Amino acid sequence: MHALPQTLVSGLALGALYGLIAIGYTMVYGIVQLINFAHGEIVMIGGFGALTIHLWLPGDTPLAAALPLMLIGGAIASVAVATAAERFAYRPLRDAPRLAPLITAIGLSIALQQLVWAFYPDAKKSRGFPQFQGDSFELANNIHIQRDDLFVLIAAPLCMLALGLFVARSRTGRAMQATAQDPDTAKLMGINTDRIIVLAFAIGGAFAAVAAVAQGLRAGQINFEMGFILGLKAFTAAVLGGIGNIYGAMLGGVVLGIAEAASTTYIQNIPGMHQLGGGGWKDVWAFVLLILVLLIRPQGLLGERVADRA
Amino acid sequence: MTALLEVENLRVAYGKIEAVKGITFTVETGRIVTLIGTNGAGKTTTLRTLSGLIEPLGGTVRFDGRSIVGTPAHEIVALGLAHSPEGRHIFPRLTIAENLQLGAFLRKDTDGIGQDIQRAYELFPILGERAKQAAGTLSGGEQQMLAMGRALMSRPKLLMLDEPSMGLSPIMMQKIMETIAELKATGTTILLVEQNAQAALSLADSGHVMEVGKIVLSGSGADLLHDESVRKAYLGED
Repeated sequence: MHALPQTLVSGLALGALYGLIAIGYTMVYGIVQLINFAHGEIVMIGGFGALTIHLWLPGDTPLAAALPLMLIGGAIASVAVATAAERFAYRPLRDAPRLAPLITAIGLSIALQQLVWAFYPDAKKSRGFPQFQGDSFELANNIHIQRDDLFVLIAAPLCMLALGLFVARSRTGRAMQATAQDPDTAKLMGINTDRIIVLAFAIGGAFAAVAAVAQGLRAGQINFEMGFILGLKAFTAAVLGGIGNIYGAMLGGVVLGIAEAASTTYIQNIPGMHQLGGGGWKDVWAFVLLILVLLIRPQGLLGERVADRA
Repeated sequence: MTALLEVENLRVAYGKIEAVKGITFTVETGRIVTLIGTNGAGKTTTLRTLSGLIEPLGGTVRFDGRSIVGTPAHEIVALGLAHSPEGRHIFPRLTIAENLQLGAFLRKDTDGIGQDIQRAYELFPILGERAKQAAGTLSGGEQQMLAMGRALMSRPKLLMLDEPSMGLSPIMMQKIMETIAELKATGTTILLVEQNAQAALSLADSGHVMEVGKIVLSGSGADLLHDESVRKAYLGED
């Protein structure tokens, strides 16, 4: 029986993907206290940006060579849309009641889906996304990593590490922390907080594009609706980990991913719960987990909401 | 001689409520000027407007020869106007050293910044001892020292201090006031807002008494300290 290690490996890949998206929610929330419900669509746009590059490249380009270019293309698309959303949709509402930007975000989410549906060639149905050829890697006896999961298992920790170092060590990163903790006082230090807010949206967008490529590789296709459930899950992960905390977002993603994988594998083996297991119920168990965490630890796993101390 | 800061007929409103109703005063280089008055007199609103956090309704503000009304807050700091806000507002989850570095955010001279951080540690030794600690773990008085040290890190031409003695023990308050006197001795120009009128007027070259958004009385620190109406209203004498 290698069910447990295999479940952990599969869950980790899924969780890393959620974590990359969750970081976008959490960074924006940490700085402007806005839940950017259009972030799932930023992921979707990144997927189509990457696909566009793939379609432009000659058909015989090896995927390993195309991947960096696809990532750049996806990131350009995601970052452009995320920062434009900040500038034109959210910034004018910065002093409005909090419900206004929230409703705007939902409207933006629908608008972005429909724009892709209407204007991207053949996007009314799913579009195929390239995948690596070949078998899965065998880590040990019967524990497999899918080739297409390898990408996110490498990319997510690298992105996380780079972001962590940037926020903790660089001058701009310190300005981001200051803006998150006390925006007015940050201005008194000479920090252009508008620029910091744009940067938070841009970083979230870039990470969303990496996640979109990972999702495309896993599923072998992307579509204009893909952002909805991914966004919802990643938002769950961000809350689970403690919204506003970037490490919490990744941790929340991983916990959620593993919980989903475990629920698929194990719940059907529990006597009397046969019908509640399997893939069809994994979303239900993911949200049950969220509700439990919110009941027991409302600030999330690594939440900082109450503490003023490090 | 033109003043470093010239405020003329400044008016500020929150929605429909006018908090500052046309005040005029100046701060000359090398001086300490104080605004005193009760809670709600408009002192903090005045400072927040001068540093660009609030847009005024009307009036002019000239700093170092140029109008700064409508200039964003982060650009006003660059002109040499530093503001240590009411309630200290240190960055609680950053270390003391990081807080001080943020005070020098716009400066590029790494060596000079390092020297100024050392100077802040000499001025307030407790900050040096706890340099690597999160600022939120400091006591109220220590946080006030950090807030002042941080404001000085931009090497300001004018330092605005809002209620530096608020909530402090008498010993800590005396320490803070001594520091303000030291800063003056080294030539720092200060605009001091205080509810502790006694302490503020003793230090100040000149002072203005604010009541519900207006300046009702102005004079030298010594004159105001001996003014009968000031003594009655703000120094707790019958």
